[in-house]
Amino acid sequence: MLKFKPLASAALLVASGLAALATAPAAFAQAKEQFFPVLVYRTGAYAPNGVPFANGYVDYLKLVNAKGGINGVKISFEECETGYATDKGVECYERLKGKGATVFQPLSTGITFALTEKAPADKIPLITAGYGRSESADGGVFKWNFPLAGTYWVAADVLVQNIGQKEGGLDKLKGKKIALVYHDSPYGKEPIPLLTERSKQLGFELQLLPVTAPGVEQKSTWLQVRQNHPDYVLLWGWGVMNSTALKEAQATGYPREKMYGVWWSGAEPDVKDVGEGAKGYNALAMQHGAGRSKVHTEVLKLVHEKGQGTGPAEEVGTVLYTRGLMSAMLGVEGVKRAQERFGKGKVMTGEQVRWGLENLALDQAKLDALGFAGVMRPISTSCADHMGANWARVHTWSGKSWQFSSDWIEADAQILRPMVKAAADKYAAEKKLTRRTPEDCQS
Amino acid sequence: MLYRENGQFKTTYRADQQIFPIRQDRIVIVAFLALAFVVIPGMASEYMLRAILVPFLILSLAAIGLNILVGYCGQISLGTGAFMAIGAYAAYNFNVRIEGMPLLLSLVLGGTCSTAVGVLFGIPSLRIKGLYLAVATLAAQFFTDWAFLRIKWFTNDSSSGSVNVSGLQILGWHIDTPADKYLFCLGLVCVCALMAKNLVRGHIGREWMAMRDMDVAASVIGIRPVYAKLSAFAVSSFFVGIAGALWGFVHLGSWEPAAFSIDRSFQLLFMVIIGGLGSICGAFFGAAFIIVLPIVLDNLPYWFGIPVDTALASHLTNMVFGALIVFFLVVEPHGLARLWSTAKEKLRLWPFPH
Amino acid sequence: MGFFLETFFGGLMAGMLYSLIALGFVLIFKASGVFNFAQGAMVLFAALAMARFSEWVPQWLHTDSKLLANGIAFVLAMACMVAVAWLIERLCLSKLVNQEPIALLMATLGITYFLDGFGQMLFGSDIYKIDVGLPKDPMFLFEQTFQGGVLISQEDLAAAVIAAALVAVLALFFQKTATGRALRAVADDHQAAQSIGIPLSRIWVIVWSVAGFAALVAGIIWGSKLGVQFSLSQVALKALPVVILGGLTSVPGAIIGGLIIGVGEKLSEVYLGPSMGGGIEIWFAYVMALLFLLFRPQGLFGEKIIDRV
Repeated sequence: MLKFKPLASAALLVASGLAALATAPAAFAQAKEQFFPVLVYRTGAYAPNGVPFANGYVDYLKLVNAKGGINGVKISFEECETGYATDKGVECYERLKGKGATVFQPLSTGITFALTEKAPADKIPLITAGYGRSESADGGVFKWNFPLAGTYWVAADVLVQNIGQKEGGLDKLKGKKIALVYHDSPYGKEPIPLLTERSKQLGFELQLLPVTAPGVEQKSTWLQVRQNHPDYVLLWGWGVMNSTALKEAQATGYPREKMYGVWWSGAEPDVKDVGEGAKGYNALAMQHGAGRSKVHTEVLKLVHEKGQGTGPAEEVGTVLYTRGLMSAMLGVEGVKRAQERFGKGKVMTGEQVRWGLENLALDQAKLDALGFAGVMRPISTSCADHMGANWARVHTWSGKSWQFSSDWIEADAQILRPMVKAAADKYAAEKKLTRRTPEDCQS
Repeated sequence: MLYRENGQFKTTYRADQQIFPIRQDRIVIVAFLALAFVVIPGMASEYMLRAILVPFLILSLAAIGLNILVGYCGQISLGTGAFMAIGAYAAYNFNVRIEGMPLLLSLVLGGTCSTAVGVLFGIPSLRIKGLYLAVATLAAQFFTDWAFLRIKWFTNDSSSGSVNVSGLQILGWHIDTPADKYLFCLGLVCVCALMAKNLVRGHIGREWMAMRDMDVAASVIGIRPVYAKLSAFAVSSFFVGIAGALWGFVHLGSWEPAAFSIDRSFQLLFMVIIGGLGSICGAFFGAAFIIVLPIVLDNLPYWFGIPVDTALASHLTNMVFGALIVFFLVVEPHGLARLWSTAKEKLRLWPFPH
Repeated sequence: MGFFLETFFGGLMAGMLYSLIALGFVLIFKASGVFNFAQGAMVLFAALAMARFSEWVPQWLHTDSKLLANGIAFVLAMACMVAVAWLIERLCLSKLVNQEPIALLMATLGITYFLDGFGQMLFGSDIYKIDVGLPKDPMFLFEQTFQGGVLISQEDLAAAVIAAALVAVLALFFQKTATGRALRAVADDHQAAQSIGIPLSRIWVIVWSVAGFAALVAGIIWGSKLGVQFSLSQVALKALPVVILGGLTSVPGAIIGGLIIGVGEKLSEVYLGPSMGGGIEIWFAYVMALLFLLFRPQGLFGEKIIDRV
């Protein structure tokens, strides 16, 4: 017996939804507000790491508003849940693009790849601070991508140098074994070209151990690690893969002090529930580590104490939260720099923000004024270099907190520059693009 | 009153066997096609075209393919994402490695490769039935997930494993704007849907349906199970492969194997079941339902002006989605296509009740 | 050789863990003929309930006793699972009584989405800890015979013992109690069971609750091992080859299938994997199950499929 009424009401709801979708190009941002789309993942397998980042990002935008906006222009923002899935990321991009978005930060290498195809046509820059394609640091080919503050090749190089320092010199690495336990996806595969290059140059043996996404099944991986006894294990995971790796390392008895994670594998959610079992685990700190500095105090005072905090106040100062703060700050600074050229106090377009991001000059004085002293080093971008900085540090989990265990290390530009250029040229040849001319760089 | 066949006499067998024998149906279809080809590209917003209509068209093509396998031939397959991936990567390889390869040819070749692999993974269906087969097809899904990540040749030795395609053009018509992409997909889907409809109306379709209903009896009356089952896998994989190639080329532009993961397979199976097993137009209904519903649910709080935390909105979307699937299965287990044909039946009698 | 033994034992124990989840599938399929794709979501839901209650109970009762917290959390989580079972039976199963198996399969997929969203909405999406005192460090056997000894993970060993105990309890339940007999009767023939007065809906609620209990135990063990978070529901995908290899209707099949799949998976990953670039274990398990099915299409211990024309 067909139940007509509930069916009819359901059909009506869907139809009205469709009609609304068809006719709503979505309310445009107010003329006097700069719109920031916020692509987040608060659900799904990667949520534990995505949530603090999102909270940090949104908190910073609220902080800027509380301090009066960008030279008086208030920020409006909207979150869109991507769940780390490429097609949802593309849908969020399409939906928020129409609202006047001028910069996207996908927080997912997969979504970055897809948006890299679309952003140039739509003239919206992408900031991929600490992720994305390593070759997009070459602004001559990748006009609209900005992997600010570091790419995966920088990360891998800094790790190799740090291990070299531990051994007493890079030449001591000859004959050693380094295993890379990586997330089997474009994200995880990013460091492989650089590590292969370094292994050829320095003479260490590189062993590649892929882990099928999402990374809960690592027993055989770590049994292989136990069999091969590599001297060091590099961890390139995300989400639950990180804590699983540490738990399996504990279960097979591999010393955690010999494990080095990339900056996306070195945050509190990864080690918290392993606790003491992760003691001694080292990870890269992309510029910042854990801990509070002036900007955090400001956020607590101007945002959290007013009841506007996006997440719990205890989260302020954790590694991924600060990374979200930093990423938002870079976006805001791009807009601010664009305003310096195109008109202070006006709302910027995507093209203008792109220029701003390409001409960032955040020196130590500016960073101190923003409250990021001790959190970051200066970043300055140019037409050729969309990365802006290639320094990182290493921090170690003490069982209770992250403590810095190395000085600032600079990635070796001698190795990186030719690799980046070669990869960018290959991309340009595939897509039949030409390198940007010097005139284009000035515009 | 409106939907009567009175006065429509057929004088040839050909006229009697056409897909839309009733004149009102033909008028509606022509009007609908005119709307789809002419009105929508001009009027729809870019968001609607890029994020809703293009995925809808591509996934309905894949749903047609899956419907042939599951609905018409009764072989439950959970590996559809794998065949989409094979179509996409094969088309990519033909496109990238052979200079000057026409777009349509690379799509068709992608579909052909998918057919070959589909037949290979269809061989177990000769021995395994029902739910066991469903789980066995997952072998195809996970194997292709792994193969496209590991075997560098498939991704043209790209270091990251991600591939991209751009600069689509057919005989000088550059497919750049959202309207172009929409029209391209629409054209292809119409052609393929027509092909599929004619296949299922023909003797192959009847063989498939006989295998679905009672395969032992069908083989007793002379239908060769090998031929019927493997042809179902072949045809289904062809359409699914083309859909996969379109998904990668036209919708995403740049993709990695995770775009064709097991979630995609489940999504397609949902479309087929909700839309109606054993019905070509059911594939379209199902695709529309599954694509539009999450977007509507995600945006609903914003339209009502209630600011909702995105995580909560996402959880609620999942819950409503799951609940609606169960609801539909309870209310109309034969899917939206059955609802549609029931509505048409009632319309024939309207305004009389019986 | 030592390493081979290590991998072998590791595989056996991983297999037992898969069997824990496979048991839930088999229980439900046996008694109600439904292939419950939502088992993974049930494992996640149960584990989330357990993790969060064990966190909240000390706050509510102002006590520090781990045993008390875990015990009460277990009871509360079990109550949640019974509630879920009752709701599923009332709202879905009873309405879909005579539908085709694929419709029921789809309904369970819908339930999966619902439970995923509902569980995360109620309990949160972070990684939560379950600490029931399982030891985390490895132990090394036969250190004299093999260099470095044979590594046995104590946590996995404990889990294997618990899984075996669960199977024993379930076997006793099915064989020796009246309810167990009623469940077996329903599994044999719904209509005959109904005709002698066995209340079908109540039996189904009981079956789903028992499956919920299996899911809770599986959730606690997996959650203790991996932390409770969203991808726990994906481990059900790893249990599917176990179910089809062992046969959808057989409890010993779930165990034996689990052992075979576990060993096969780990050995293939460690020995075949490096030459193929690694990461092969998930599809290898399915391919193994597929190959077994080609010889026995109903699984090792499943009921032979008889087609009547």
